Amino acid sequence: MALLEAHAIRKLHGSVIALDGVSLAIREGEFVSVIGPNGAGKTTLVNVLTGLVPPTSGTVKFKGRDIAGIGPVRLARLGMARSFQLVNVFAGLTVAETLAVPVLSRLGRGGRVLAALARDAEVHAEVAEVAALFGLTDALGRPARTLPHGDRKLLDVASAVALHPEIILLDEPTSGVGTRDKTAIMEVLVGAARRIGIKAIIQVEHDMDIVFGYSGRIIALHEGRVLADSTPDGILADAQVVAAVVGKRVSDAHR
Amino acid sequence: MIGRAALVLALAGAALVPVAVRDYYATLMLPFFGYGIALLGLNLLFGYAGLLSFGHALFVAVGAYTAATLSSGFGLLHFELILLASALVALLAAIPVGLLCVRYVRIYFGMLTLAFGMLFYSFLYKFYNLTGGDEGIRMLRPKLLGAAFGNLDKVGFLTGPYYYYSLALLVVATAVMWRIVRSPFGLCLRAIRENPEKAECVGVSVRRYRLYAFLIAAVFGAVGGTLLAVPTGLADPLLAYWTHSGNLVFMLLLGGFANFFGPILGAFVFIFLQDQVMSLTQYWRFVFGAILALLVIFFPRGLMGFVGGRVGTGA
Repeated sequence: MALLEAHAIRKLHGSVIALDGVSLAIREGEFVSVIGPNGAGKTTLVNVLTGLVPPTSGTVKFKGRDIAGIGPVRLARLGMARSFQLVNVFAGLTVAETLAVPVLSRLGRGGRVLAALARDAEVHAEVAEVAALFGLTDALGRPARTLPHGDRKLLDVASAVALHPEIILLDEPTSGVGTRDKTAIMEVLVGAARRIGIKAIIQVEHDMDIVFGYSGRIIALHEGRVLADSTPDGILADAQVVAAVVGKRVSDAHR
Repeated sequence: MIGRAALVLALAGAALVPVAVRDYYATLMLPFFGYGIALLGLNLLFGYAGLLSFGHALFVAVGAYTAATLSSGFGLLHFELILLASALVALLAAIPVGLLCVRYVRIYFGMLTLAFGMLFYSFLYKFYNLTGGDEGIRMLRPKLLGAAFGNLDKVGFLTGPYYYYSLALLVVATAVMWRIVRSPFGLCLRAIRENPEKAECVGVSVRRYRLYAFLIAAVFGAVGGTLLAVPTGLADPLLAYWTHSGNLVFMLLLGGFANFFGPILGAFVFIFLQDQVMSLTQYWRFVFGAILALLVIFFPRGLMGFVGGRVGTGA
């Protein structure tokens, strides 16, 4: 059974069709990239899949349960996490505090009004573990706003990973990061996901080196529709997809 | 270390006020204790959850009216029971108000809280048979820990047992709030203040936590309001009026909402500054308006911005 399944998703923004009959299925163990030119509907798809916006029509099922529009809080509890295209952190919180929020949420302790957070050894141990996985141990006491861009990007993903989700959706996890740092970030991310036991990763990505270097499957979107859903080799063999989405020079480099 | 020493000094100073200075100044400290508690709650909403209420006086008035009604209407004089009842009534009132208000943020939240405050003011003003209208309801002298202190005159009671009772209550309320802001809940509130969308994505139920903060703030407001009613011997509609809510916000800005102790300092300075300025000029509101404008422009972190940085909020 697919872990995450979308069927005939249609999403309208006013009269603009952002998604037009998108269907996909993500199974355990998969690393799937969603690619497409700007305006193809990639971020809208992630927003619909993660319950941030409800689809106009169609169904989204996670672990067999209809999750369309149920909202990110319940989705996080069900085992789905996401990171954002633009760096999205708690700017005024330290790295340790930022990571403690999802840990508390997962342990169901966020509503404890009179408990002393400083004395919760389990939370601190988990925060330290996630920080170590992402190379953020030395920055635990620093406010998120003072971190370099790459570290803030990592922190954003780390806070999603700290939820111990079964599936994680990453919206351009390396955007705004220098070419050399992109691979380093992806290595950290994939390694951390493996250690935590995340069952599937979906990423939206523009960088084709990252897409073809890490994905087991690629879904190409174009004008709100699925143009192709195949292995990296299958995508490169499709001339129409190469022309519309991947780009000729990139495809030559990955053949 | 310096902070702790300052705290001990402040407490010792407050404890010495009734014996070291004129009764007049000791009685001036009483509203400070009440406002201090109310502002701790208001700052949980604003400083920690990022929601600025322009109608917090509603809950101060709920506390005062509950206390006055119980004492003069039902003859209940045990102050501990009165405080408990005020907190419960405020909690009950805050549930529907909070459920509606926390659906909104920024100016919409502020306006909605202002609207509820003014609705309550109109109720207090117009429903004469229930509320005493513009005359309000008398608050009788309560028994503290079962003792009536009948041998003391009003000033003796207020500057003696009631003074220390109120001071102790402020200390307890401060300790409880200190614990709340350092709890997992306190951290989640700060996360919501920083980035509610992100907070939801990591599993924090933003609306629910905002509601909890609203309810806690209401209880603190009511306890503060109950303390305020005793020295004046009255609960009157002006307690719920929008200018009273404005004063609470002023105190918050004056002390500094980014610091845990800012609201308490703000209450203290406001009370004594108001007293001094009112004795100098009838245009005291003009002076206060100028002070507020200068504060916002030049010292947005309030008085605590000078001395304590951002201690306590973790922000």
